[in-house]
Amino acid sequence: MRLSIVPARIAGAFPWRIILLVLAIGGFGLTVLYSAAGGSISPWAFTQGLRFAVFTGLAIALSRLREEFWSAIALPGYAITLVLLFAVELAGAVRGGSQRWIDLGFIRLQPSEFMKPGIVLALAAFYARLPIGQIRTITAVWPAALLIGMPAALVMLQPDLGTALMICAGGGVVMFLAGLPMRLFVGGALALAAALPIAFSMLHDYQRNRVLIFLDPEADPLGTGYHISQSKIAIGSGGLFGKGFLNGTQSHLDYLPEGHTDFVFATMAEEWGLVGGVLLIGGFLLLIRWGMRVSARAPNRFSRLTAAGLASTIFFYVAINLMMVMGLAPVVGIPLPLVSFGGSAMMTVMICIGILMSLDRSARGMGSAR
Amino acid sequence: MKRTRPPRVVTEATQAFSFARRSFVLGGAQLGLGALLVGRMGWLSVAENERYSLLAESNRVNMTLVPPRRGWIVDRYGQPIATNRADFRIDLIPERLRDRDATIAALRRLIGLTDEDVARILQDLEDARGYQPVQVATNLDWDRFAAVSVRQADLPGVAPVRGWSRHYPDGAAVGHLIGYVGPASAKQYEETRDPLYITPGFKIGKDGIEKVLEDRLRGRPGAKRVEVTARGRPVRELTDRPDVAGQQLKLTIDAGLQLYAARRLGNTSGSVVVIDTLSGDILAMVSMPSYDPNSFSDGISHDEWDMLSSDERIPLTNKTVQGLYPPGSTFKPATALAALRAGVDPERTVNCPGGYQLGNRFFRCLGRHGPVNLHRAIAKSCNTYFYTMGREVGMDGVAAAARELGLGAEYPLPFPSQRYGTVPDPAWKQRRFDQAWTQSDTLNASIGQGYILTSPLQLAVQAARIASGRALVPRILANAPIVAPPLDVPTERIGLIRSGMDEVVNGAGTAVRSRLQLDGIRMGGKTGTAQVRRIAGGARGGLNVPWKYRDHGLFIGFAPVDNPRYAASVVIEHGMSGSGAAAPVARDVLTYLFDPPQAMETLSRFEAEWGGDIETRMAAQAVAWKAAKAEPPPAEADADTGRRPA
Repeated sequence: MRLSIVPARIAGAFPWRIILLVLAIGGFGLTVLYSAAGGSISPWAFTQGLRFAVFTGLAIALSRLREEFWSAIALPGYAITLVLLFAVELAGAVRGGSQRWIDLGFIRLQPSEFMKPGIVLALAAFYARLPIGQIRTITAVWPAALLIGMPAALVMLQPDLGTALMICAGGGVVMFLAGLPMRLFVGGALALAAALPIAFSMLHDYQRNRVLIFLDPEADPLGTGYHISQSKIAIGSGGLFGKGFLNGTQSHLDYLPEGHTDFVFATMAEEWGLVGGVLLIGGFLLLIRWGMRVSARAPNRFSRLTAAGLASTIFFYVAINLMMVMGLAPVVGIPLPLVSFGGSAMMTVMICIGILMSLDRSARGMGSAR
Repeated sequence: MKRTRPPRVVTEATQAFSFARRSFVLGGAQLGLGALLVGRMGWLSVAENERYSLLAESNRVNMTLVPPRRGWIVDRYGQPIATNRADFRIDLIPERLRDRDATIAALRRLIGLTDEDVARILQDLEDARGYQPVQVATNLDWDRFAAVSVRQADLPGVAPVRGWSRHYPDGAAVGHLIGYVGPASAKQYEETRDPLYITPGFKIGKDGIEKVLEDRLRGRPGAKRVEVTARGRPVRELTDRPDVAGQQLKLTIDAGLQLYAARRLGNTSGSVVVIDTLSGDILAMVSMPSYDPNSFSDGISHDEWDMLSSDERIPLTNKTVQGLYPPGSTFKPATALAALRAGVDPERTVNCPGGYQLGNRFFRCLGRHGPVNLHRAIAKSCNTYFYTMGREVGMDGVAAAARELGLGAEYPLPFPSQRYGTVPDPAWKQRRFDQAWTQSDTLNASIGQGYILTSPLQLAVQAARIASGRALVPRILANAPIVAPPLDVPTERIGLIRSGMDEVVNGAGTAVRSRLQLDGIRMGGKTGTAQVRRIAGGARGGLNVPWKYRDHGLFIGFAPVDNPRYAASVVIEHGMSGSGAAAPVARDVLTYLFDPPQAMETLSRFEAEWGGDIETRMAAQAVAWKAAKAEPPPAEADADTGRRPA
């Protein structure tokens, strides 16, 4: 992972490589948003650019913190986020309908977003403190299940299927890496498969519809299946090299719904083709691989688990969004991080990157302690 | 026995190893899913690219069909029979309409729409889908079209269109031959689901050649292409796809002759068919009275339709192929042919005492001809001779000869409905009526009465086959194959029939008053008078009975008699006699082929007498009809005098 043109000393001090990679992905995202607005920086590209700058600054600021800080705030932070989730649920119950944020006046705080890195940190902290001998006992399982279950259930009530899934997946990855018995995961997967029909029956109507439409999008091409159909048309019509910058018809003529948010990848693919898609997916894979390497290099359990969990969280964002956009998964409302217009996902992913950089820095700062 | 596993000892080292292994699995899974996503995207954008590109294109581009220009129909010399004329039309595009009521009010003021028009337009707007234009008005004159065109910018959704409409220069003269066009019916659209069928300005063949050869005449529609957003808002005009005009259709018809024959028929109800005896080409095929295909194609008014369908001269029927008549004496050449084929000596004489005794029944002849041979029998149209021959040869022989001459047959011609009539024989009667054939049936058939029915086209084919000695098959498309095998009879025997027919017109026959006034060109022919209803005592249906019970007048003929080139049949419904009503028409029509100025001069004398050409008379008739409709119906006798045949 040596970048030849940057002196090793500076490279160690400041994570150029990863900042450049993030800037490349984010910059490409801004280009796509510029095109999605019909070749204009308003209403999306400019706002998003500002956010991007602010959150990049935030990530760099977070990277200056030491590993011990994260270890220390992991559980309290989780507790506070969980309380906020309760608060949102209560406020929602009072106001009626679906409620996902707390309005603080100047910003709409969405606690479920914080829970995505929060659950990873909390579980990592939990397993770091668990005596090593108990990892294959029930003591290692039930507190973790509780830590995951509470926020997932609350988010499910909002209802936000996508976020609930991501919390479960992020927590599951940490549990898997912590070394819990393999049969737990195999059994869990089987149980999940068995429970799917029951879970399906408990979904909200619109969620159930989305799943049904996913299974057969052509059944309702003008209704709920419209999103998937139009997204596939946009990607498919892009071909190898795309229709060219600012030449996408699906997005510019409004056939593609949510072309600047959840379906921004389709907007991109229409104009940049398979080449653009491979570059973007490749960029994300590099970012995630870096996260996994940070984990591999980490000096202790907490860092290892946290780094791998956060890398996986970014991965889940990307994978679920792309599967949804390409018609491989139901539409669950997960944006493409760093590219989709919107602050929440960008904030979450930048926090993840910031913590990863911080852990990387701590590991390097400690030299070859391990 | 249950196997008890010793609890695995977990240390920091095993833990680190487990973590390394599991994170490797996790990384592999992530990479695998990444590869799957790239693969999926490659599948969509490369393998399925064509399909999705098409879908994206059909999303983006909204097409408005432009009706194709219909192929012209031209005569044998290339003279147009059916063409396209520029048509100024105004359509509404529902998607672009901003203020519907205000727009329609403005149009109403500018081009003078009636309340019915407005009601229809509103209804069509209700039914219209998306970009499908709605027709406001067609056939506008330039002033009104321009009045809308200059205000187009202030009237969003209003589309002045320069389209095409069908034009038939010869009007009613080609009505039955060519047919007409009109908007496709709702049923036709339901069957095909072709959006062209509901495109304003598109017309489909409704009758005649226009209908039968629709596929060749139609062409392929063009398209106006507009880029639109998902909500249907037009963004910009794209390059239009031009229409492909339909094929030009060349007929064997001689347009000049067709028009002449139509005009020469005057106020009678009748038909003329002229055939080229070298090729079987149909040169003229006229049924009068007719309708004007121009006004039919523009959409006929209710009044006009009522007038045509209530006319007892049936202007809505093409009599040349759908009218069936007993051929009367024009059938006698067929009986003569049957006798010659049976080996009867043409010089043998039969004594005509004024009729023929069969058992206790006496079959009358038109006169007392004394001893007659074949030649004199044809010239004088002696029934007794043909009764005798018919009985000697037998009905099967007579029917075979009639079929040899083309009667009772349907020809490969592009007309929607051809009636093939009846050539009776004993087997037919048994089948049809479950009755045995009698000798008196044979006698009646021998002179073209009884069960025999023929169409004017068949009569013309009969004349052409006698004239040429060949079994000509009539053709009307210039590229149809010529079929003319020799008849199953020696040439000199056919010549005997022809010389009898020469005598009819140019010697001591029934049609001497209709001989051609041309140097060196004679016409041969045979007259016929067919009873419409059986009248007691042998009285003929003449002037003393109402028009519709009068006898039909028929004539078949050919010219020049010594080297035939043209054959014709003329049928004048209720014309009372072949020599009086039909033969003069044949004379003038054939004269037109050899000496047009002389023929035109004759015609102009007649038309002066009748009150103008076809168009003038049809207009006058329409005015009279409207006036009559407004008042109580006039007495039957008054109505009849106007229709007396010329």
